[in-house]
Amino acid sequence: MSAPTRTLTAHANGNHRITEPAPVRWVLTTVALVFLALFLALPLAAVFSQAFEKGFGTYLLALKEPDTLAAVKLTLITAAVAVPLNLVFGVMASWAIAKFSFPGKNLLITLIDLPFSVSPIISGLIYVLIFGRQGWLGPFLEAHDIKILFAVPGILLATIFVTFPFIARELIPLMESQGRDEEEAAMVLGASGLQTFFRITLPNIKWGIIYGVILCNARAMGEFGAVSVVSGHIRGITNTVPLQVEILYNEYNYTAAFAVASLLAFLALITLAVKSVAEWNVRENMEP
Amino acid sequence: MKLFTKHHNVLPGFGPTMGYTLLYLSLVVLIPLSALVFKTAGLSWNEFLEAVAAPRVLASYKVTFGAALAAAGINAVFGVLVAWVLVRYPFPGRRLVDALVDLPFALPTAVAGITLATVYSPNGWVGKILEPRGIKVAFTPLGIIVAMTFIGLPFVVRTVQPVIEELDAEIEEAAACLGANRWQTFRRVLFPLLTPSVLTGFALAFARGVGEYGSIIFIAGNMPMVSEITPLLILTKLEQYDYQGATAIATVMLVASFIMLLVINLLQKWSRRYAE
Amino acid sequence: MSIEIESINKQFGSFTALGDVSLSIPSGELVALLGPSGSGKTTLLRIIAGLESPDSGRILFNGEDTTESHVRERKVGFVFQHYALFKHMTVFDNVVFGLTVRPKETRPSKGEIRDKVTELLRLVQLEGMAKRYPAQLSGGQRQRIALARALAVEPQVLLLDEPFGALDAQVRTELRRWLRRLHDEIHVTSVFVTHDQEEALEVADRIVVMNKGRIEQAGTPDQVYEHPANPFVLNFLGNVNLFHGRIQSAGEGQPEADNSVSYVRSHDVEIDRSQHDSSSLKAEVKHIQKLGPSVRITLSINDSESFVEAELTRDVFQNLDLQQGEQVYVRPRQVRVFAEDYQI
Repeated sequence: MSAPTRTLTAHANGNHRITEPAPVRWVLTTVALVFLALFLALPLAAVFSQAFEKGFGTYLLALKEPDTLAAVKLTLITAAVAVPLNLVFGVMASWAIAKFSFPGKNLLITLIDLPFSVSPIISGLIYVLIFGRQGWLGPFLEAHDIKILFAVPGILLATIFVTFPFIARELIPLMESQGRDEEEAAMVLGASGLQTFFRITLPNIKWGIIYGVILCNARAMGEFGAVSVVSGHIRGITNTVPLQVEILYNEYNYTAAFAVASLLAFLALITLAVKSVAEWNVRENMEP
Repeated sequence: MKLFTKHHNVLPGFGPTMGYTLLYLSLVVLIPLSALVFKTAGLSWNEFLEAVAAPRVLASYKVTFGAALAAAGINAVFGVLVAWVLVRYPFPGRRLVDALVDLPFALPTAVAGITLATVYSPNGWVGKILEPRGIKVAFTPLGIIVAMTFIGLPFVVRTVQPVIEELDAEIEEAAACLGANRWQTFRRVLFPLLTPSVLTGFALAFARGVGEYGSIIFIAGNMPMVSEITPLLILTKLEQYDYQGATAIATVMLVASFIMLLVINLLQKWSRRYAE
Repeated sequence: MSIEIESINKQFGSFTALGDVSLSIPSGELVALLGPSGSGKTTLLRIIAGLESPDSGRILFNGEDTTESHVRERKVGFVFQHYALFKHMTVFDNVVFGLTVRPKETRPSKGEIRDKVTELLRLVQLEGMAKRYPAQLSGGQRQRIALARALAVEPQVLLLDEPFGALDAQVRTELRRWLRRLHDEIHVTSVFVTHDQEEALEVADRIVVMNKGRIEQAGTPDQVYEHPANPFVLNFLGNVNLFHGRIQSAGEGQPEADNSVSYVRSHDVEIDRSQHDSSSLKAEVKHIQKLGPSVRITLSINDSESFVEAELTRDVFQNLDLQQGEQVYVRPRQVRVFAEDYQI
């Protein structure tokens, strides 16, 4: 299942001489923009409007709350673990898949994409089935007093699962489109495998990596469903930022909930900005 | 190290990278997912049926799949429109709008959830307008459709957009030379070329909607039999330590997403059938 | 350095890319591997380079078996069809790449490297381009940078894969003359792949004609052109007419057999108003096509369904003053007869 990330939007050829009459164009553009405003711009504006409803002071106060700070810390740790692991995997997998031919390649790509087509709740559930009290490893973990579920390791595992495909699926098509010529040229000129990778391949996929990392990071920091299943919602200990938003919201503490949510909305806007720049650069690096 | 077959290649590192890929894939994805399969296999047929066909569960399928279908339908229409406008009609701020289309992808679902719930609640910006006219969105199945429309939108736009970009101007010119008007050109020439990508986008949005949790639970109201989605029901069962029930329903969902994955793959293959 | 290729076999799945290919390339020669696409010429080149490994057979450089040695150790220069320049590096960095990846002990000093680049850029006539990126160069310039990069490591063998394939006609002609002069200057054993017979005939010291994974003929341009070993070589190196069955030829002593096929190059077809001898055939002028310096005439042989193409120079054509529909006599000046109908 391919998600929208792979599509790198081009910049349209505005010189179509055959087009619709101006009124039709005008009406269609308006309808499209109203739809987008209603479904995208309005909710985005609402986050910030709600967050700052009671002034900047209240906003800051909500963010300084110890439980919130603990949630921010946990979210940063989660991303700091999940993103590098999936980055290493993404680079390894795309090297093996894009630069070599072997049978079963398409099956492998489908398997890598699998976490995308699994509901986040199921992504969390599988870890409960393994590490929970009635799970495979439950009795063993209990006997040795190792806590994975309803603790930080569980959150890390669930996050790694849901963000697993992001970087690999970005790099595979990019590296496939670049072919092997440049690497072969480097080898003929006497470069070693590592020299070839670091001096030739890496610069060519740099923007693809940035693109994949930024999306992987956004999901790692924002994942809700899967983390919600394995976290146990222990305030100050196993709450990530999205879970903290949920708790505050369910306590009718709307201003605080939206203040914390605004952090994630900022993250989303930064993600979109970096993504746009990266897309532009990835296109440059794609061989026609 | 030759893992699969002799590779005609001087580039090094196939063995280690492929080995690592398979190891990591197994540890992170395959083994955990197989836990679900084994757990289900441990259930008797009757236990399984009881869990997956209880009235409350059946109602949740109806809500989930029905809303996902409706939302994917809305996105198929408006997503194509948005893609068309973004590619063909230059307007100020187009690049900004283009970037904004990915917002549902970048915005954490919990944030989307509480925001949509607030905007569409009776006191919210949109709810305030709809409520007096008798349209209740928040805390009804309609709310679920709204949330699923939000998260599914980029799937349709980003699947259709590149196809519109790659449409060759010459085919439209050819249609015009042959005497077709704009509408005829769109209906008879362009739309058939776009159909596979629209269907693919529709299927992607549908699949995403069916599995979605975070953005829905805040706006749905979560009333059993009325506005309770299946992922939430799985979580509820889990919280009640009904592991068997949760696993059985999750298996149904997993099978459904595999079927959709298959359909999407076939659609994507089909959409490339004219490719040279 | 001389190259010996000994009974190389290479299979891709069920496709035989090379079937028992043997060839020896003397030191200092410029050799063309000529053949249609799928003939195995690029595969052979990549096997010489060490970019592919053969299923069986050996490659010897100066009598030394290199079959098992890695591409890094072979000291070959390879110019890729699409140049494979490193897009993110300047021309300077591209050219010096092969020197800078050497271990510290054998790496030249910065000053030596700079002198080397200056010298190489002069050689490929691109002085002053060192700071440019590949994207800022024309196709012909990129090709020459790719060559400079390959030469920087002082290879014992230079291998070029369709070196002019991606260039337009005029640049192609210029570059291939330049390549010939360059080779005369540096004299490194060179092998290039091409499907263009004209290119091979003009540039190479020796041509190896390949087809379907086998070598059809190897020899000097004159040998392969004047004495083609079989109909494939004859046909690949110029337009040819086929005459099935027996024909009386102007040349004596040709083998005659009922299933023999005679081949006549179109510029070896003579057109006359009168019957010259028994080898003349009566024919009708069907079509006249002027192609710059030459004129191509299509004729249909009377009492048969076969057509013949003749290529005349403009002078001859103007002297004859041929008209469409006219009855004339055609006579093959030089006929090659091969016993069986060879598949072309």
